[in-house]
Amino acid sequence: MDGSRQMPALLEVSGLSGSYGRVAALKPVDLRVEEGEFVTILGPNGAGKTTLLRAISRLVAGAGRVRFKGRDITGLPTHRLARLGIIMVQEGRGLFGEMTVHENLLLGAYGLGHRSEEIERRLEQVFDLFPKLRERATQVAASMSGGEQQMLAVGRALMAGPKLLMLDEPSLGLAPKVAAGILDTLGELNRNGLGILLVEQKAPLALKLAQRVYVLASGSVQAELPAQGIQSHHDLARFYFH
Amino acid sequence: MTLHASTFTRRGGRSYLAGAGALGIALLFALVFIKGGYLLTVMQLAMIYGVFCVGLNFFMGYTGQASFGQNAFAAIGGYGSAILCVQFGWEPVLALVASMAVAGIASLVVGYPTLRLRGHYLAMATFALGLITYDLSVQWTGLTQGYMGYSGIPPLGIGPFTVEDERMKLVCLTAILLLGLWISGRLRNSRFGRALRAISTSELGAAALGIRISRYKLAAFVIAALYASAAGSLFAHVVGFISPEVFGLQMVVVTFTMLYVGGVGTVLGPAIGAVIASLLPEIVRSTGRFQDTAYAAVLILMLIYAPKGLSALAGDGRKEG
Repeated sequence: MDGSRQMPALLEVSGLSGSYGRVAALKPVDLRVEEGEFVTILGPNGAGKTTLLRAISRLVAGAGRVRFKGRDITGLPTHRLARLGIIMVQEGRGLFGEMTVHENLLLGAYGLGHRSEEIERRLEQVFDLFPKLRERATQVAASMSGGEQQMLAVGRALMAGPKLLMLDEPSLGLAPKVAAGILDTLGELNRNGLGILLVEQKAPLALKLAQRVYVLASGSVQAELPAQGIQSHHDLARFYFH
Repeated sequence: MTLHASTFTRRGGRSYLAGAGALGIALLFALVFIKGGYLLTVMQLAMIYGVFCVGLNFFMGYTGQASFGQNAFAAIGGYGSAILCVQFGWEPVLALVASMAVAGIASLVVGYPTLRLRGHYLAMATFALGLITYDLSVQWTGLTQGYMGYSGIPPLGIGPFTVEDERMKLVCLTAILLLGLWISGRLRNSRFGRALRAISTSELGAAALGIRISRYKLAAFVIAALYASAAGSLFAHVVGFISPEVFGLQMVVVTFTMLYVGGVGTVLGPAIGAVIASLLPEIVRSTGRFQDTAYAAVLILMLIYAPKGLSALAGDGRKEG
Protein backbone atom coordinates (compact mmCIF):
# COMPACT_ATOMS: atom_id res chain seq x y z
CA MET A 1 0.00 0.00 0.00
CA ASP A 2 1.31 3.43 -0.93
CA GLY A 3 1.90 5.48 2.20
CA SER A 4 1.76 8.88 0.53
CA ARG A 5 -1.85 9.85 0.00
CA GLN A 6 -2.39 11.98 -3.06
CA MET A 7 -3.76 15.43 -2.26
CA PRO A 8 -7.13 16.08 -3.90
CA ALA A 9 -7.08 18.78 -6.58
CA LEU A 10 -8.29 22.25 -5.65
CA LEU A 11 -10.76 22.02 -8.53
CA GLU A 12 -11.56 18.98 -10.59
CA VAL A 13 -14.05 19.23 -13.41
CA SER A 14 -15.16 16.20 -15.38
CA GLY A 15 -17.51 16.16 -18.34
CA LEU A 16 -18.74 19.67 -17.60
CA SER A 17 -20.88 21.17 -20.34
CA GLY A 18 -22.76 24.46 -20.49
CA SER A 19 -25.65 25.85 -22.46
CA TYR A 20 -27.73 28.97 -22.88
CA GLY A 21 -31.28 27.70 -23.21
CA ARG A 22 -31.18 25.15 -25.98
CA VAL A 23 -27.89 26.41 -27.37
CA ALA A 24 -24.95 24.29 -26.22
CA ALA A 25 -21.89 26.54 -25.86
CA LEU A 26 -19.56 24.09 -24.16
CA LYS A 27 -19.09 20.41 -24.90
CA PRO A 28 -18.10 18.10 -22.01
CA VAL A 29 -14.78 19.34 -20.62
CA ASP A 30 -12.28 17.86 -18.14
CA LEU A 31 -10.05 20.25 -16.20
CA ARG A 32 -7.95 20.35 -13.02
CA VAL A 33 -6.44 23.08 -10.91
CA GLU A 34 -4.06 21.94 -8.18
CA GLU A 35 -3.63 23.75 -4.84
CA GLY A 36 -1.67 26.97 -5.43
CA GLU A 37 -1.56 26.45 -9.17
CA PHE A 38 -1.99 29.11 -11.86
CA VAL A 39 -3.91 27.69 -14.81
CA THR A 40 -4.81 29.63 -17.92
CA ILE A 41 -7.49 28.89 -20.47
CA LEU A 42 -6.68 30.22 -23.92
CA GLY A 43 -8.72 30.15 -27.06
CA PRO A 44 -10.27 32.23 -29.81
CA ASN A 45 -13.55 34.14 -29.52
CA GLY A 46 -16.54 31.85 -29.10
CA ALA A 47 -14.41 28.95 -27.89
CA GLY A 48 -16.52 28.51 -24.73
CA LYS A 49 -13.99 29.95 -22.25
CA THR A 50 -16.47 32.23 -20.50
CA THR A 51 -19.13 29.52 -20.52
CA LEU A 52 -16.68 27.16 -18.81
CA LEU A 53 -16.11 29.58 -15.93
CA ARG A 54 -19.81 30.33 -15.72
CA ALA A 55 -20.67 26.64 -15.70
CA ILE A 56 -18.21 26.03 -12.84
CA SER A 57 -19.89 28.91 -10.94
CA ARG A 58 -23.35 27.61 -11.86
CA LEU A 59 -24.18 30.90 -13.55
CA VAL A 60 -25.28 28.90 -16.61
CA ALA A 61 -27.04 25.58 -16.82
CA GLY A 62 -24.79 22.59 -17.41
CA ALA A 63 -24.13 18.93 -16.85
CA GLY A 64 -21.06 17.10 -15.51
CA ARG A 65 -19.30 16.82 -12.17
CA VAL A 66 -17.33 19.40 -10.21
CA ARG A 67 -15.20 18.58 -7.17
CA PHE A 68 -13.57 21.17 -4.93
CA LYS A 69 -10.82 20.02 -2.54
CA GLY A 70 -12.13 16.50 -2.99
CA ARG A 71 -15.72 17.42 -2.14
CA ASP A 72 -18.41 16.91 -4.75
CA ILE A 73 -20.01 20.33 -5.25
CA THR A 74 -22.01 19.46 -8.35
CA GLY A 75 -25.38 21.19 -8.25
CA LEU A 76 -24.58 23.61 -5.42
CA PRO A 77 -26.07 27.05 -6.13
CA THR A 78 -23.80 30.00 -6.97
CA HIS A 79 -24.03 31.65 -3.56
CA ARG A 80 -22.97 28.43 -1.81
CA LEU A 81 -19.95 28.08 -4.12
CA ALA A 82 -18.94 31.64 -3.24
CA ARG A 83 -19.16 30.77 0.46
CA LEU A 84 -16.82 27.82 -0.17
CA GLY A 85 -14.24 30.19 -1.63
CA ILE A 86 -14.82 29.84 -5.37
CA ILE A 87 -14.89 33.45 -6.48
CA MET A 88 -15.25 34.66 -10.02
CA VAL A 89 -14.32 38.05 -11.48
CA GLN A 90 -16.66 38.30 -14.42
CA GLU A 91 -15.92 39.65 -17.86
CA GLY A 92 -16.73 43.36 -17.83
CA ARG A 93 -15.83 43.32 -14.10
CA GLY A 94 -19.41 42.96 -12.82
CA LEU A 95 -19.08 45.91 -10.47
CA PHE A 96 -22.04 47.62 -8.85
CA GLY A 97 -21.51 50.88 -10.68
CA GLU A 98 -23.75 53.15 -8.60
CA MET A 99 -22.10 52.07 -5.36
CA THR A 100 -18.87 53.45 -4.00
CA VAL A 101 -15.54 51.63 -4.05
CA HIS A 102 -15.88 51.03 -0.31
CA GLU A 103 -19.40 49.60 -0.68
CA ASN A 104 -18.26 47.30 -3.49
CA LEU A 105 -15.43 46.02 -1.34
CA LEU A 106 -17.75 45.45 1.62
CA LEU A 107 -20.02 43.43 -0.64
CA GLY A 108 -17.03 41.26 -1.47
CA ALA A 109 -16.80 40.43 2.23
CA TYR A 110 -20.50 39.61 2.38
CA GLY A 111 -19.85 36.04 3.49
CA LEU A 112 -18.05 37.28 6.61
CA GLY A 113 -21.32 38.56 8.05
CA HIS A 114 -20.75 41.16 10.77
CA ARG A 115 -17.17 40.16 11.64
CA SER A 116 -16.02 43.76 11.40
CA GLU A 117 -12.43 43.18 12.58
CA GLU A 118 -11.80 40.60 9.87
CA ILE A 119 -13.48 42.83 7.28
CA GLU A 120 -11.24 45.75 8.28
CA ARG A 121 -8.15 43.50 8.10
CA ARG A 122 -9.02 42.40 4.59
CA LEU A 123 -9.82 45.97 3.55
CA GLU A 124 -6.35 47.01 4.65
CA GLN A 125 -4.81 44.12 2.70
CA VAL A 126 -6.68 45.15 -0.46
CA PHE A 127 -5.77 48.81 0.01
CA ASP A 128 -2.12 47.83 0.47
CA LEU A 129 -2.27 45.81 -2.75
CA PHE A 130 -4.10 48.55 -4.66
CA PRO A 131 -3.34 51.93 -2.99
CA LYS A 132 -5.42 53.65 -5.69
CA LEU A 133 -8.55 52.09 -4.20
CA ARG A 134 -7.85 53.70 -0.83
CA GLU A 135 -7.70 57.10 -2.53
CA ARG A 136 -10.94 56.41 -4.38
CA ALA A 137 -12.81 54.74 -1.51
CA THR A 138 -15.76 57.17 -1.53
CA GLN A 139 -15.95 57.41 -5.31
CA VAL A 140 -18.75 55.80 -7.29
CA ALA A 141 -17.34 52.72 -9.06
CA ALA A 142 -18.78 53.60 -12.46
CA SER A 143 -16.87 56.91 -12.48
CA MET A 144 -13.42 55.24 -12.32
CA SER A 145 -11.12 54.39 -15.20
CA GLY A 146 -11.08 50.88 -16.69
CA GLY A 147 -7.85 49.95 -14.91
CA GLU A 148 -9.11 51.18 -11.56
CA GLN A 149 -12.35 49.28 -12.07
CA GLN A 150 -10.39 46.10 -12.73
CA MET A 151 -8.36 46.68 -9.56
CA LEU A 152 -11.66 47.05 -7.71
CA ALA A 153 -13.04 43.86 -9.26
CA VAL A 154 -9.97 41.91 -8.14
CA GLY A 155 -9.94 43.66 -4.77
CA ARG A 156 -13.59 42.83 -4.20
CA ALA A 157 -12.92 39.19 -5.05
CA LEU A 158 -10.03 39.15 -2.55
CA MET A 159 -12.31 40.53 0.16
CA ALA A 160 -14.21 37.24 -0.08
CA GLY A 161 -11.08 35.33 0.94
CA PRO A 162 -11.01 33.13 -2.16
CA LYS A 163 -9.43 29.70 -2.25
CA LEU A 164 -9.84 29.62 -6.02
CA LEU A 165 -9.95 32.87 -7.96
CA MET A 166 -11.43 32.63 -11.45
CA LEU A 167 -10.99 35.61 -13.75
CA ASP A 168 -12.60 36.16 -17.13
CA GLU A 169 -10.41 38.31 -19.36
CA PRO A 170 -9.26 40.85 -16.78
CA SER A 171 -7.12 42.63 -19.39
CA LEU A 172 -10.06 43.31 -21.70
CA GLY A 173 -10.22 46.94 -22.76
CA LEU A 174 -7.16 47.97 -20.75
CA ALA A 175 -3.99 49.68 -21.96
CA PRO A 176 -1.13 47.13 -22.23
CA LYS A 177 0.78 48.63 -19.29
CA VAL A 178 -2.30 48.61 -17.04
CA ALA A 179 -3.18 45.05 -18.09
CA ALA A 180 0.38 43.92 -17.33
CA GLY A 181 0.14 45.53 -13.89
CA ILE A 182 -3.09 43.67 -13.10
CA LEU A 183 -1.62 40.35 -14.26
CA ASP A 184 1.56 40.97 -12.25
CA THR A 185 -0.62 41.35 -9.17
CA LEU A 186 -2.30 38.04 -9.98
CA GLY A 187 1.14 36.47 -10.22
CA GLU A 188 2.02 37.85 -6.79
CA LEU A 189 -1.22 36.45 -5.31
CA ASN A 190 -0.43 33.06 -6.83
CA ARG A 191 3.08 33.08 -5.39
CA ASN A 192 1.39 33.58 -2.00
CA GLY A 193 -0.50 30.33 -2.54
CA LEU A 194 -3.78 31.39 -4.18
CA GLY A 195 -5.10 29.04 -6.85
CA ILE A 196 -5.99 30.94 -10.02
CA LEU A 197 -7.95 29.94 -13.10
CA LEU A 198 -7.57 32.63 -15.73
CA VAL A 199 -9.38 33.03 -19.03
CA GLU A 200 -7.35 35.30 -21.25
CA GLN A 201 -6.99 36.18 -24.91
CA LYS A 202 -3.68 37.98 -24.48
CA ALA A 203 -1.63 34.81 -24.58
CA PRO A 204 1.88 36.27 -24.04
CA LEU A 205 0.83 37.95 -20.78
CA ALA A 206 -0.99 34.90 -19.49
CA LEU A 207 1.76 32.44 -20.44
CA LYS A 208 4.31 34.31 -18.36
CA LEU A 209 2.32 33.56 -15.21
CA ALA A 210 0.66 30.22 -15.80
CA GLN A 211 2.04 26.81 -14.94
CA ARG A 212 -0.40 24.98 -17.19
CA VAL A 213 -2.56 25.95 -20.14
CA TYR A 214 -5.77 24.54 -21.53
CA VAL A 215 -6.53 25.44 -25.13
CA LEU A 216 -10.23 25.65 -25.88
CA ALA A 217 -11.73 25.86 -29.36
CA SER A 218 -15.22 25.15 -30.68
CA GLY A 219 -16.50 24.43 -27.18
CA SER A 220 -14.06 21.67 -26.27
CA VAL A 221 -10.53 21.25 -24.89
CA GLN A 222 -8.06 20.88 -27.76
CA ALA A 223 -4.93 20.59 -25.66
CA GLU A 224 -3.50 20.65 -22.15
CA LEU A 225 0.07 21.94 -22.12
CA PRO A 226 2.73 23.11 -19.69
CA ALA A 227 2.94 26.90 -20.16
CA GLN A 228 6.75 26.85 -20.44
CA GLY A 229 6.56 24.63 -23.49
CA ILE A 230 4.73 27.26 -25.51
CA GLN A 231 7.15 29.56 -27.29
CA SER A 232 4.86 31.61 -29.49
CA HIS A 233 1.40 32.19 -30.89
CA HIS A 234 2.22 29.73 -33.64
CA ASP A 235 2.37 26.93 -31.10
CA LEU A 236 -1.25 27.66 -30.22
CA ALA A 237 -2.65 28.52 -33.64
CA ARG A 238 -2.66 24.91 -34.77
CA PHE A 239 -5.07 24.11 -31.91
CA TYR A 240 -7.29 27.11 -32.69
CA PHE A 241 -7.72 26.02 -36.29
CA HIS A 242 -7.87 22.29 -35.75
CA MET B 1 -8.42 71.61 -12.10
CA THR B 2 -11.44 72.38 -14.24
CA LEU B 3 -12.91 69.06 -13.23
CA HIS B 4 -12.48 69.83 -9.55
CA ALA B 5 -14.04 73.24 -9.98
CA SER B 6 -17.05 71.86 -11.82
CA THR B 7 -17.44 69.08 -9.26
CA PHE B 8 -17.36 71.65 -6.50
CA THR B 9 -19.96 73.78 -8.29
CA ARG B 10 -22.18 70.75 -8.88
CA ARG B 11 -21.91 69.70 -5.23
CA GLY B 12 -22.50 73.26 -4.10
CA GLY B 13 -25.54 73.44 -6.37
CA ARG B 14 -26.88 70.20 -4.97
CA SER B 15 -26.37 71.34 -1.38
CA TYR B 16 -28.18 74.56 -2.24
CA LEU B 17 -31.03 72.60 -3.82
CA ALA B 18 -31.25 70.25 -0.84
CA GLY B 19 -31.30 73.19 1.57
CA ALA B 20 -33.92 75.02 -0.49
CA GLY B 21 -36.02 71.85 -0.70
CA ALA B 22 -35.86 71.26 3.06
CA LEU B 23 -36.76 74.91 3.72
CA GLY B 24 -39.64 74.71 1.22
CA ILE B 25 -41.09 71.61 2.87
CA ALA B 26 -40.71 73.15 6.35
CA LEU B 27 -42.51 76.34 5.20
CA LEU B 28 -45.22 74.24 3.57
CA PHE B 29 -45.79 72.32 6.79
CA ALA B 30 -45.91 75.56 8.79
CA LEU B 31 -48.44 77.06 6.35
CA VAL B 32 -50.66 73.98 6.36
CA PHE B 33 -50.38 73.70 10.14
CA ILE B 34 -51.41 77.33 10.72
CA LYS B 35 -54.05 77.55 8.03
CA GLY B 36 -55.64 74.15 8.74
CA GLY B 37 -58.72 73.12 6.76
CA TYR B 38 -58.70 70.94 3.67
CA LEU B 39 -54.95 71.17 3.06
CA LEU B 40 -54.41 69.60 6.46
CA THR B 41 -56.30 66.51 5.26
CA VAL B 42 -54.30 66.49 2.01
CA MET B 43 -51.05 66.53 3.98
CA GLN B 44 -52.27 63.80 6.32
CA LEU B 45 -52.97 61.57 3.32
CA ALA B 46 -49.58 62.53 1.85
CA MET B 47 -47.88 61.28 5.02
CA ILE B 48 -49.84 58.01 4.88
CA TYR B 49 -48.97 57.50 1.21
CA GLY B 50 -45.41 58.42 2.13
CA VAL B 51 -45.26 55.49 4.56
CA PHE B 52 -46.61 53.19 1.83
CA CYS B 53 -44.07 54.47 -0.72
CA VAL B 54 -41.09 54.17 1.66
CA GLY B 55 -41.97 50.49 1.96
CA LEU B 56 -42.55 50.04 -1.76
CA ASN B 57 -39.13 51.60 -2.30
CA PHE B 58 -37.48 48.67 -0.51
CA PHE B 59 -38.79 46.28 -3.11
CA MET B 60 -38.87 48.44 -6.23
CA GLY B 61 -36.09 50.91 -5.51
CA TYR B 62 -33.41 49.17 -3.49
CA THR B 63 -34.03 45.66 -4.85
CA GLY B 64 -35.12 46.68 -8.36
CA GLN B 65 -38.16 44.38 -8.53
CA ALA B 66 -41.61 45.26 -9.86
CA SER B 67 -44.71 44.94 -7.69
CA PHE B 68 -48.15 46.14 -8.69
CA GLY B 69 -49.81 44.41 -5.78
CA GLN B 70 -48.68 46.14 -2.58
CA ASN B 71 -52.21 47.59 -2.27
CA ALA B 72 -53.23 44.08 -1.19
CA PHE B 73 -51.19 44.49 2.01
CA ALA B 74 -52.55 47.99 2.58
CA ALA B 75 -56.01 46.41 2.39
CA ILE B 76 -55.00 43.80 4.99
CA GLY B 77 -53.84 46.65 7.25
CA GLY B 78 -56.93 48.77 6.68
CA TYR B 79 -59.47 45.98 7.06
CA GLY B 80 -57.51 44.40 9.89
CA SER B 81 -57.63 47.63 11.88
CA ALA B 82 -61.29 48.23 11.02
CA ILE B 83 -62.47 44.73 11.91
CA LEU B 84 -60.41 44.39 15.09
CA CYS B 85 -61.43 47.81 16.40
CA VAL B 86 -65.07 47.99 15.26
CA GLN B 87 -66.08 44.35 15.68
CA PHE B 88 -63.86 43.32 18.59
CA GLY B 89 -63.11 46.61 20.34
CA TRP B 90 -59.32 46.33 20.12
CA GLU B 91 -57.03 49.25 20.86
CA PRO B 92 -56.11 50.97 17.56
CA VAL B 93 -52.34 50.63 18.08
CA LEU B 94 -52.67 46.93 18.90
CA ALA B 95 -54.92 46.45 15.86
CA LEU B 96 -52.31 48.18 13.70
CA VAL B 97 -49.52 45.95 14.98
CA ALA B 98 -51.62 42.78 14.68
CA SER B 99 -52.60 43.71 11.10
CA MET B 100 -48.95 44.26 10.25
CA ALA B 101 -48.16 40.79 11.56
CA VAL B 102 -50.95 39.28 9.42
CA ALA B 103 -49.71 41.22 6.36
CA GLY B 104 -46.16 40.04 7.04
CA ILE B 105 -47.22 36.40 7.18
CA ALA B 106 -49.41 36.82 4.08
CA SER B 107 -46.51 38.37 2.17
CA LEU B 108 -44.26 35.47 3.17
CA VAL B 109 -46.82 32.92 1.97
CA VAL B 110 -47.54 34.78 -1.26
CA GLY B 111 -43.99 35.96 -1.89
CA TYR B 112 -42.28 32.59 -1.57
CA PRO B 113 -43.73 31.14 -4.81
CA THR B 114 -44.33 34.46 -6.59
CA LEU B 115 -40.79 35.80 -6.30
CA ARG B 116 -39.46 32.92 -8.36
CA LEU B 117 -40.79 34.94 -11.29
CA ARG B 118 -38.83 37.80 -12.81
CA GLY B 119 -39.47 41.03 -14.67
CA HIS B 120 -42.83 41.31 -16.42
CA TYR B 121 -43.99 37.96 -15.06
CA LEU B 122 -43.42 39.10 -11.49
CA ALA B 123 -45.20 42.39 -12.24
CA MET B 124 -48.21 40.51 -13.64
CA ALA B 125 -48.33 38.08 -10.70
CA THR B 126 -48.27 40.90 -8.14
CA PHE B 127 -50.86 42.81 -10.17
CA ALA B 128 -53.11 39.73 -9.94
CA LEU B 129 -52.55 39.68 -6.18
CA GLY B 130 -53.91 43.23 -5.92
CA LEU B 131 -56.91 42.35 -8.10
CA ILE B 132 -57.70 39.23 -6.05
CA THR B 133 -57.56 41.21 -2.81
CA TYR B 134 -59.82 43.89 -4.26
CA ASP B 135 -62.29 41.23 -5.39
CA LEU B 136 -62.21 39.60 -1.95
CA SER B 137 -62.87 42.93 -0.25
CA VAL B 138 -65.93 43.42 -2.49
CA GLN B 139 -67.31 39.86 -2.44
CA TRP B 140 -66.53 38.67 1.09
CA THR B 141 -69.25 40.83 2.58
CA GLY B 142 -69.43 38.81 5.82
CA LEU B 143 -65.94 40.03 6.68
CA THR B 144 -65.51 43.30 4.79
CA GLN B 145 -69.10 44.54 4.43
CA GLY B 146 -68.50 44.78 0.67
CA TYR B 147 -68.96 48.17 -1.01
CA MET B 148 -70.46 49.55 2.22
CA GLY B 149 -67.06 49.31 3.86
CA TYR B 150 -66.40 50.11 7.50
CA SER B 151 -67.18 53.40 9.21
CA GLY B 152 -66.74 54.53 12.78
CA ILE B 153 -63.16 53.30 12.99
CA PRO B 154 -61.63 54.90 16.10
CA PRO B 155 -58.74 57.37 15.77
CA LEU B 156 -55.19 56.32 16.48
CA GLY B 157 -54.34 55.99 20.12
CA ILE B 158 -53.85 53.68 23.04
CA GLY B 159 -55.75 53.63 26.34
CA PRO B 160 -56.91 57.10 27.32
CA PHE B 161 -54.59 58.73 24.76
CA THR B 162 -56.23 59.29 21.39
CA VAL B 163 -55.16 61.56 18.55
CA GLU B 164 -58.39 63.33 17.54
CA ASP B 165 -57.16 66.85 16.78
CA GLU B 166 -56.45 67.22 13.05
CA ARG B 167 -53.19 69.08 13.62
CA MET B 168 -52.00 66.47 16.09
CA LYS B 169 -52.90 63.78 13.58
CA LEU B 170 -50.56 65.45 11.08
CA VAL B 171 -47.80 65.70 13.70
CA CYS B 172 -48.27 62.04 14.60
CA LEU B 173 -48.28 60.90 10.95
CA THR B 174 -45.21 63.01 10.20
CA ALA B 175 -43.38 61.41 13.12
CA ILE B 176 -44.34 57.93 11.87
CA LEU B 177 -43.15 58.79 8.35
CA LEU B 178 -39.86 60.16 9.71
CA LEU B 179 -39.38 56.94 11.70
CA GLY B 180 -40.07 54.96 8.52
CA LEU B 181 -37.52 57.07 6.63
CA TRP B 182 -34.92 56.66 9.36
CA ILE B 183 -35.31 52.88 9.29
CA SER B 184 -35.13 52.94 5.48
CA GLY B 185 -31.96 55.05 5.52
CA ARG B 186 -30.30 52.85 8.13
CA LEU B 187 -31.16 49.65 6.30
CA ARG B 188 -30.13 51.02 2.89
CA ASN B 189 -26.58 51.58 4.08
CA SER B 190 -26.35 48.35 6.05
CA ARG B 191 -25.04 44.96 4.90
CA PHE B 192 -28.65 44.03 4.17
CA GLY B 193 -29.26 47.18 2.10
CA ARG B 194 -26.04 46.75 0.13
CA ALA B 195 -27.11 43.22 -0.74
CA LEU B 196 -30.51 44.49 -1.94
CA ARG B 197 -28.86 47.15 -4.09
CA ALA B 198 -26.43 44.59 -5.50
CA ILE B 199 -29.39 42.42 -6.54
CA SER B 200 -30.94 45.47 -8.18
CA THR B 201 -27.82 45.92 -10.35
CA SER B 202 -27.07 42.28 -11.16
CA GLU B 203 -28.66 39.20 -9.64
CA LEU B 204 -25.95 36.92 -10.96
CA GLY B 205 -23.22 39.28 -9.80
CA ALA B 206 -24.74 39.36 -6.33
CA ALA B 207 -25.09 35.57 -6.20
CA ALA B 208 -21.43 35.23 -7.23
CA LEU B 209 -20.51 37.10 -4.03
CA GLY B 210 -22.47 34.68 -1.87
CA ILE B 211 -25.73 36.61 -1.61
CA ARG B 212 -28.79 34.38 -1.47
CA ILE B 213 -31.02 36.18 -3.94
CA SER B 214 -34.38 34.55 -3.19
CA ARG B 215 -34.10 35.19 0.54
CA TYR B 216 -33.27 38.87 0.11
CA LYS B 217 -36.02 39.47 -2.42
CA LEU B 218 -38.49 37.87 -0.03
CA ALA B 219 -37.21 39.99 2.87
CA ALA B 220 -37.65 43.18 0.82
CA PHE B 221 -41.14 42.06 -0.22
CA VAL B 222 -42.12 41.42 3.42
CA ILE B 223 -40.73 44.79 4.56
CA ALA B 224 -42.72 46.53 1.80
CA ALA B 225 -45.82 44.64 2.93
CA LEU B 226 -45.30 45.71 6.57
CA TYR B 227 -45.05 49.37 5.55
CA ALA B 228 -48.10 49.00 3.25
CA SER B 229 -50.11 47.42 6.04
CA ALA B 230 -49.14 50.20 8.45
CA ALA B 231 -50.23 52.77 5.82
CA GLY B 232 -53.56 50.97 5.36
CA SER B 233 -54.17 50.93 9.12
CA LEU B 234 -53.19 54.59 9.45
CA PHE B 235 -55.65 55.48 6.68
CA ALA B 236 -58.43 53.64 8.52
CA HIS B 237 -57.70 55.35 11.84
CA VAL B 238 -57.17 58.84 10.42
CA VAL B 239 -60.11 58.94 7.97
CA GLY B 240 -62.37 56.68 10.06
CA PHE B 241 -63.81 54.94 7.02
CA ILE B 242 -62.58 52.39 4.49
CA SER B 243 -64.09 50.68 1.47
CA PRO B 244 -62.66 48.47 -1.31
CA GLU B 245 -62.08 51.53 -3.52
CA VAL B 246 -59.53 52.96 -1.08
CA PHE B 247 -57.18 50.05 -1.80
CA GLY B 248 -58.02 49.63 -5.48
CA LEU B 249 -56.09 50.16 -8.69
CA GLN B 250 -56.05 53.92 -8.10
CA MET B 251 -53.74 53.35 -5.13
CA VAL B 252 -51.27 51.45 -7.34
CA VAL B 253 -51.17 54.26 -9.92
CA VAL B 254 -50.89 57.04 -7.35
CA THR B 255 -48.10 55.37 -5.36
CA PHE B 256 -46.12 54.56 -8.50
CA THR B 257 -46.38 58.20 -9.51
CA MET B 258 -45.19 59.31 -6.09
CA LEU B 259 -42.26 56.90 -6.10
CA TYR B 260 -40.98 57.95 -9.52
CA VAL B 261 -41.60 61.68 -9.04
CA GLY B 262 -39.72 61.62 -5.72
CA GLY B 263 -36.94 59.27 -6.82
CA VAL B 264 -37.07 55.50 -6.80
CA GLY B 265 -34.15 53.95 -4.93
CA THR B 266 -33.36 57.10 -2.94
CA VAL B 267 -34.05 57.42 0.78
CA LEU B 268 -36.07 60.64 0.84
CA GLY B 269 -37.61 60.31 -2.64
CA PRO B 270 -40.74 58.36 -1.64
CA ALA B 271 -41.67 60.96 1.00
CA ILE B 272 -40.95 63.92 -1.27
CA GLY B 273 -42.92 62.27 -4.09
CA ALA B 274 -45.86 61.63 -1.77
CA VAL B 275 -46.00 65.29 -0.72
CA ILE B 276 -45.56 66.70 -4.25
CA ALA B 277 -47.96 64.28 -5.95
CA SER B 278 -50.58 64.88 -3.24
CA LEU B 279 -50.35 68.67 -3.43
CA LEU B 280 -50.12 68.90 -7.21
CA PRO B 281 -53.85 68.26 -7.89
CA GLU B 282 -54.67 71.06 -5.45
CA ILE B 283 -52.23 73.42 -7.15
CA VAL B 284 -53.57 72.75 -10.67
CA ARG B 285 -57.21 72.82 -9.51
CA SER B 286 -57.43 76.48 -10.54
CA THR B 287 -57.11 75.42 -14.19
CA GLY B 288 -60.72 74.17 -13.97
CA ARG B 289 -61.68 71.76 -16.74
CA PHE B 290 -58.04 71.34 -17.70
CA GLN B 291 -56.82 70.24 -14.29
CA ASP B 292 -56.19 66.64 -15.34
CA THR B 293 -54.30 67.86 -18.41
CA ALA B 294 -52.30 70.32 -16.32
CA TYR B 295 -51.55 67.59 -13.73
CA ALA B 296 -50.31 65.22 -16.42
CA ALA B 297 -48.26 67.96 -18.13
CA VAL B 298 -46.49 68.87 -14.88
CA LEU B 299 -45.76 65.19 -14.19
CA ILE B 300 -44.31 64.73 -17.67
CA LEU B 301 -42.13 67.82 -17.25
CA MET B 302 -40.87 66.52 -13.90
CA LEU B 303 -40.01 63.15 -15.39
CA ILE B 304 -38.21 64.81 -18.32
CA TYR B 305 -36.17 67.26 -16.26
CA ALA B 306 -35.71 65.05 -13.18
CA PRO B 307 -35.75 61.51 -14.60
CA LYS B 308 -34.23 60.09 -11.42
CA GLY B 309 -36.74 61.94 -9.26
CA LEU B 310 -36.77 65.24 -7.43
CA SER B 311 -34.64 64.00 -4.54
CA ALA B 312 -31.86 62.97 -6.93
CA LEU B 313 -31.56 66.64 -7.96
CA ALA B 314 -30.27 67.28 -4.46
CA GLY B 315 -27.91 64.30 -4.60
CA ASP B 316 -29.92 61.88 -2.45
CA GLY B 317 -28.88 58.28 -3.02
CA ARG B 318 -25.61 59.16 -4.76
CA LYS B 319 -22.05 59.36 -3.59
CA GLU B 320 -19.16 60.92 -5.36
CA GLY B 321 -15.55 61.18 -4.71
